[in-house]
Amino acid sequence: MKNDGFFKLAVIVGAISWMAIFAFVPNVLVFLASFSSTSSANFIEPGFSFNNYARLMDATHLGILLSSLRLSGLVTVICLVTAYPFAAVLARTPKPLRNTLLLLVIIPFWTNSLVRTYAMTAMLNSSGIVNNVLLALGIIDSPLAMMYTPGAVVLGLVYTLLPFMILPLYAALERLDRRYLEAARDLGASPWRAFWKVVVPLTMPGIVSGCMLVFLPGIGMFYVSDVLGGAKAMLLGNFIRDQFLTTRDWPLGAAASVTLTVLMGVMLLLYWKSAARLGRKEA
Amino acid sequence: MRKLRVLYVTLVFVFLYLPLGVMIAYSFNSSRFSMAWKGLTLDWYVKLFGNTALMQAALHSLLIAALAATCSSILGTLIAMALQRWRFPSRKVIHTSLFVMMMSPDIVIGISLLVLFMALSLPLGFWTLLMAHITLCVPFVSITVYGRLQGFDPHVVEAARDLGAGEYEVFRHVVLPMVFPAVLAGWFLSFTLSIDDVIISFFTTGPTFEVLPLRIYSMVRLGLKPEVNALCAIMILITVVAVFVSQRFLKEK
Repeated sequence: MKNDGFFKLAVIVGAISWMAIFAFVPNVLVFLASFSSTSSANFIEPGFSFNNYARLMDATHLGILLSSLRLSGLVTVICLVTAYPFAAVLARTPKPLRNTLLLLVIIPFWTNSLVRTYAMTAMLNSSGIVNNVLLALGIIDSPLAMMYTPGAVVLGLVYTLLPFMILPLYAALERLDRRYLEAARDLGASPWRAFWKVVVPLTMPGIVSGCMLVFLPGIGMFYVSDVLGGAKAMLLGNFIRDQFLTTRDWPLGAAASVTLTVLMGVMLLLYWKSAARLGRKEA
Repeated sequence: MRKLRVLYVTLVFVFLYLPLGVMIAYSFNSSRFSMAWKGLTLDWYVKLFGNTALMQAALHSLLIAALAATCSSILGTLIAMALQRWRFPSRKVIHTSLFVMMMSPDIVIGISLLVLFMALSLPLGFWTLLMAHITLCVPFVSITVYGRLQGFDPHVVEAARDLGAGEYEVFRHVVLPMVFPAVLAGWFLSFTLSIDDVIISFFTTGPTFEVLPLRIYSMVRLGLKPEVNALCAIMILITVVAVFVSQRFLKEK
């Protein structure tokens, strides 16, 4: 047991320093950068001002921020509404079939999202499958211009992110004790009321984590808006990328990134609150 | 009601798989410029393997993914064990940070690492990309392994300690064998995370070291290309295999 303390110490020190270097320091640097300014000589000129946050609030930037939040919010709602009944059916399917279906959800979940975004172009292109089918059926006479529209970006984001909504909802719904639902029904609740008053609160952590896993990446996935939206549809992700790589206004990009991080913090708090409330009730 | 449910689930699966199926089908289509069906061909696959830049990028991706998965499996497992077995200052902070990192949007991780590498004036390329991918993967491994460790009987470790095992022996002969399936699952998870990542790689690699997703990204932006269809079809196939293998490891309890 001679090297007992050494191994333990090495692992703990290693873990702490690794987390400090790759998790803590980078975020502090971005946070500091968001208060600094830029100069012709340097990407970042140290300083302290709220200037970048003020610039983020001017008409153009605020417009991008709001449209990005709206787009991603819409995607989140569509995913939630589509995934909830799907996950509910999945959770009630008998065992062997359920595992197969689950595997079928996991495959797109792990498939490269750029590949999946690209696959969407094969559907939406002017000579793509959707137009071909509609033309062949005689529903339209000339191809619809579906690519490079905000609608295409929304569809692309829903397509890539849907499995990220299904899986946490499935986990929550599978854990749901159906006796609670039966009790509510026995006590005279209508199916609708039982759903809102019993099922939704009990699956709230799943709902919140699903929404986080869709909403946050939805804001950042700049390649989806590049490939399907052309130059028109702007996500906050495109904006941040451009500030870092094209415009070279790092402080402004950092401020936008901090805003996104704060948004994530708020959602995480919501998640922990809903999970903690449930934990208390069950205890 | 039952029929409605079956129909709904089927529709969602059609939505998830139809674009992938169509793309795979087109990778065998001999027509170059249109989506019209002109007959079966393997030309695009032949062309694909003849494209040295693309093959180079694919090799880079595999190398980074294998290295990142291995390093993050080791690091993630050690962190998970430290969090589960020992009480030390900042333990809670680290545990919380792992969750926060897992939830962080890729773009936030990408630019924060870019700023870090710039601050350290490290040239962007192989090493920065590798570090970035390890950073991306460690939280996923840690949380997976930690979950597994929580389910074990602590008496086994106590027994090993009573019999004279040191901390390292406990790790090597008790903890590691118990969590090994979770570590392997974490390895595959990391491997796919690394191969799939576009955003973090975009910010943390330089022109000297190009990976596959970035190569595909620049090709895709220029419009449809049949070689890309073939490449994507192969990547889907690899994903399917990886999912099956990792599910195997997770199931063996």
